[in-house]
Amino acid sequence: MITFAFYLFAVLITGLFLVTVMSKNVLYAMTSLAAGMVLISGLFFILGADFLGVVQLIVYVGAVMAVYAFAMMFFDLSRDVEERHDKPWLIFLLGGGIALTLVVMFAAPIMGEAVHALYPPVAGATNPQAVGLVLFTKYLLPFEVASVMLLVAMIAGIILAGKKMEISLSAMDEDILPDTKENA
Amino acid sequence: MMEVTYLGVIIKAILILAIISAIAGFGTYIERKVLAFMQRRLGPMNVGPYGLLQIAADGIKLFTKEDFIPQNANKLIFMVAPIITAATAFIALSAVPVFPDFTIFGIFVPSIAADVNIGILFVLGMMAAGLYGPLLAGMSQANKWGLIGAARTAAQFISYEVVTGLSLLAPIMMVGSLSLIDFNHYNETHPWMVFMQPLAFVLFLIAGFAETNRTPFDLLENEAEIIAGYATEYSGMRWGMFFIGEYANMITVAVLASIIFLGGYTDLWFIPGWLAIILKIAFMFFLMLWVRASWPHVRPDQFMWLAWKVLMPLAVINVVITGIVIMV
Repeated sequence: MITFAFYLFAVLITGLFLVTVMSKNVLYAMTSLAAGMVLISGLFFILGADFLGVVQLIVYVGAVMAVYAFAMMFFDLSRDVEERHDKPWLIFLLGGGIALTLVVMFAAPIMGEAVHALYPPVAGATNPQAVGLVLFTKYLLPFEVASVMLLVAMIAGIILAGKKMEISLSAMDEDILPDTKENA
Repeated sequence: MMEVTYLGVIIKAILILAIISAIAGFGTYIERKVLAFMQRRLGPMNVGPYGLLQIAADGIKLFTKEDFIPQNANKLIFMVAPIITAATAFIALSAVPVFPDFTIFGIFVPSIAADVNIGILFVLGMMAAGLYGPLLAGMSQANKWGLIGAARTAAQFISYEVVTGLSLLAPIMMVGSLSLIDFNHYNETHPWMVFMQPLAFVLFLIAGFAETNRTPFDLLENEAEIIAGYATEYSGMRWGMFFIGEYANMITVAVLASIIFLGGYTDLWFIPGWLAIILKIAFMFFLMLWVRASWPHVRPDQFMWLAWKVLMPLAVINVVITGIVIMV
């Protein structure tokens, strides 16, 4: 049953991400990306990692939603996008190389025999507890560094976007609006 | 503790599906009646006694109406979008405990269809995924009102998801579990969460109104500004599916608020647990209609201002204070 579920999810995910890469229609590409991300959480559920599965769901549902917002700004959704390929062989080489490296990296622990878990799961801990234990002992420093990085990114975003934050465009009178348009 | 059988889970799933879709249909009638009485009108009166058969009339209309697809629309996405809203709304309900455990014809029916130990996150995640319905609907229909609706969906979702998560974080810290059943048991031994976390309750309600697209915040389909927003080009049953999804989400928020903040399905004085939770859910549902009758729409910029400058800082402060109190 679990094997069947795994292959079902694997085929669906691969197919959906192929659509993401191949499709010329922005809507199809984005939607298959979102659906593939949701299905990946299914793989976590199969493995019994409920917490990670839900985190995958929540994080990527939000992240892909933000990508949709950009697609809305940059593309005409009712038309196909014409892509430019100057050097198709270069794309093929780089993409293939990265894919091969990843496969070798993830296959190595399966082939190797000297690999063993340094931090085996704590008995009796529920899913979120187990994640929390590792995160706040072994990986405390990377975790904190990552959060500081996100804070820096957030402050930078606010500074870049917030130059005219005190002015509300929708609260303005109509005749003032062209003035702000010139500055933009 | 009795063993959970497949049959019990199936019975529970059928119960949820039947009850919720019936309530979702009936909810439209209740909404019209409550709004009408609050505005000193009568509401639907012509079809059946007190207009009770209005639901049947509406249902027949929805089913027989032409299923219209605009010429330039992306047909596949346009057709899939309403299904996403309806399906995710019901999937979210599968992880919500509604009644206490009970036994029917010797079959043990658990309080929850899928007892995942991260229930609360699962429900929130599924409700979040449900907003892909309005988003895709608005983007696929080649209509500028729809596109504005979709843009508002993205903004609303990204802003208010933060508030929902942060407002629930403080109760989660106090209970120390993500399972909704643990939340219910916590209320058995402690005073209701609403008395200990009143701020979190108010924040969760406001964010819940925004996530279910209820009136003070229904910018996605604000008919005074953008025709019908994401639903402009929809008709017939596809439009109905958006509606069923919205009502199911309202019920999910009502159940979540009842279980996390209002004591859940524990027995209350002389009222048995199953009746207590029905009363609580009904009250929360009524509250949503009450608010709709009382408050006007907000402007989109006020809406964003509310999320990022008021609600989110309040939620963060609430989490920090709760953390300090737990530590000390």
